[in-house]
Amino acid sequence: MQQFFIIIGILSLVYSGWFIEWLLAKERKSILITSGISLLVLALLATLPLYASGYTPILITNLTMYIILSVSWTLFSGPTGYMSLATAAFFGVGIYTAAFLGETLPLPVFILAGGVISFIVALLVGALTLRLRGIYFAIFTFVLVMLIAHLLMFWELHVTGTRGRFVVVIDYNTIYYAMFAIFVVLMLTAYFIKRSKYGLALQSIGQYEEAAAHMGINVTLVKVTFFAVSAFFAGATGATIATRWTYIDPGIAFNPLLSFLPVLMAIFGGMGQLYGPVIGAVIFAYLQEELITRFSELYMLIFGIILVIAILYMPNGLVGLIQKWRKASSGEQHADT
Amino acid sequence: MNLVTILDIGIGGLLMGGIYALIAMGLSLQYGVARVLNVAHGEFIMLGAFGTWALYTTFGISPLISLVIVGPLIFILGFLLHRTLFRSLLKSSPSLDAFEGSSLLATFGLLYIIQNLAIVIWTSSPRGYSYLATPVDLWGAVFAANRLATLGFAVAIGLAFYLFLVRTRMGKAIRAAAQDPATAGLMGVNINQVLALCFGFGALLAGLAGVLYSMCFSIQATMGLGYTIIAIIVVVLGGLGSIPGSFIGGLVLGIIGETVKHFEPSLYLAAYYFIFIVLLMVRPKGIMGK
Repeated sequence: MQQFFIIIGILSLVYSGWFIEWLLAKERKSILITSGISLLVLALLATLPLYASGYTPILITNLTMYIILSVSWTLFSGPTGYMSLATAAFFGVGIYTAAFLGETLPLPVFILAGGVISFIVALLVGALTLRLRGIYFAIFTFVLVMLIAHLLMFWELHVTGTRGRFVVVIDYNTIYYAMFAIFVVLMLTAYFIKRSKYGLALQSIGQYEEAAAHMGINVTLVKVTFFAVSAFFAGATGATIATRWTYIDPGIAFNPLLSFLPVLMAIFGGMGQLYGPVIGAVIFAYLQEELITRFSELYMLIFGIILVIAILYMPNGLVGLIQKWRKASSGEQHADT
Repeated sequence: MNLVTILDIGIGGLLMGGIYALIAMGLSLQYGVARVLNVAHGEFIMLGAFGTWALYTTFGISPLISLVIVGPLIFILGFLLHRTLFRSLLKSSPSLDAFEGSSLLATFGLLYIIQNLAIVIWTSSPRGYSYLATPVDLWGAVFAANRLATLGFAVAIGLAFYLFLVRTRMGKAIRAAAQDPATAGLMGVNINQVLALCFGFGALLAGLAGVLYSMCFSIQATMGLGYTIIAIIVVVLGGLGSIPGSFIGGLVLGIIGETVKHFEPSLYLAAYYFIFIVLLMVRPKGIMGK
C-alpha cells in the first residue's frame, strides 16, 4: 500500500510540472479535464500525510527537496546557459540560518529568513561574478562553495571552538507541508517568469548576450536578479530540510555533491520543459534512496555508470527522448536542424 | 623569520609545487586541446599512486621503475577513454559549448566509477609505504630524500614534455590543434588521433604525479577530487591552455600553500580558493594567458 502512495505522490509532482507547461501553451486542449485532475493532484499532495504513514511522507519530502533544487537551478541556468555550481552554497546558507535562528523563531519565519539571506548572498556573488562566462563561471561558483565551507570550518574550530551544531527538531509532517509550500511557490514563480518579458530576456541572454544588451535589456540586472531568485529557493529548502537532519557541520551543509546533483538531474530530465528537471530529480532521488538501502557499497558506482550512459545516449534528456519518440510515432517528418 | 625557516618554506613549497605542476600540465592539455574539463583527473593520480603501492608491496618493484610501468598503462586508459567515450560525445554534440558541458558531466560519471571501483578493490582506508625516507640536510633545512627525488623527477618530466611539444612533429600537431582544430585538420593533422593522444598524455602526467606522490605521502582511494580542484586552480592561475604557465603556476601555488601552512595549517586550502576567486575577478587570463 505504501508503494502505491509513493507512486501517487511522484506522479502528482511530475504532473504539477507538466501542468505549468500546459498553462503556458498557446492552445490548451481539454480544459475541464486538466483542471479537474490538477485540483485532484493538489488535494492528493496536500492530504498525503493523513493517509500515507511512516516512511512515505519522508521520502516524498526528500524528492520534493531535489525537485526544488533542480527546478530552481534550471530557472536561471537553463535559459541563460550560465552553469552555476553554487547551489550547495545557497543551500548551506539556508541550513546555517536554520541552525542559528531555529531555536528562537517559528518555522515559517526562519525558512523565509534562510531564503532571504541566500538571496542577498547571491546578489553580492552575482554582482561580482556574472561578468565571467562559460567554464570560468562554473568553476568560480564551485570554488565559492569550497571557500565558504573551509572558512566556516576554520571559524568553528578556532573562534567558537565547536564542531557542528544541532538544529531544532520539527515533526515530519510539518516539514512535509513546508517543503510542499515552497514547491508550490516555486512552480508559480516559474510560471510567472516564463510568461513575463523577463523569461524572454533570460532566453535572449542565453542565445546572444550582446544582442540582448543592444535590444535594451539591462543584462546585468536581469542576470543578477534571477540568479538571486533561484538562490532564494535553494536557501529556503536548506532551512527546511535542516530541521530533519538535526545535526549539521560545514561538511554536511556545504556538501559539493549538492551543487552537482541539481545540474545532473536537470540535464538527465531535459531542460527545455519545466517537467524535465522534475522527472530528472524524481528518478535520481528515488534511485539514490533505493540504491543506498540495497547496495550501499556500490551505490556511487552504479550512479556513475548511469550518468555516463545517460549522457552518451540521451543528450537532450528524457524529455528530448520522449519528444523524439512521439515525433517518430506520429509520423511527422522534420529535417534535423 | 630566519634563513632556515625561509628555506623550509621555499623548498617545501617547490616540493609540493612540483607535483601540482605535473597535475596541472595534464589538465591543461586535456582542457586546452581536447576541450574536456576533466573532473576525474584526480582519479588518474589516485590510480597511479595505488598502482605503485600495489607493485611495491606485492612484488617489491621500486616506485621509480613503476614510473615506466604504471605511466604507460594509464596513458592507454586515457587514450581509449577518449577514443570511445569523448569521441562519440564530440560527434553527437551540436556545438563546442555543448560538448564542454556534456563532457564535464561525463567526467563526473567517470569520477564516481573509478573512485568507487578503487574503493571496492582497495577499500577507503589510507595506505602507504616507506621508500627513500632518509633525511637530507639542505643548508639547515631537513627534507626526506624521497621528496627531493620527487621534485627532480617532476621537473625532468615537465621539461621533457615541454620539449616534446616544442621540438617534435607530433608536438607541433598538438599545438596546432589547440589553436584551431578545424584548420589543423585541413593541414593534414589527424585530429581525432591528436585529441585522443592529448587526453592520454594528460592522464599520463596525472598518473606519473600519482606515482611520485605515493613515494612521499599516504594515499587514499578518495584523494582524487581535492587534487582535481587544485589542478583547476593552477591551470587558471597559469593561464588556460598555457603549458609553461601551468608549470610555473604549480610551483607558485605550492610555495603559497607552504607559506600559509607555516602560519595556520588549517587554512591552506581556503587560501587556494581565496587566491583563485580574487584572481578570476582581477585577471581571469592568468599569469601567462594571452
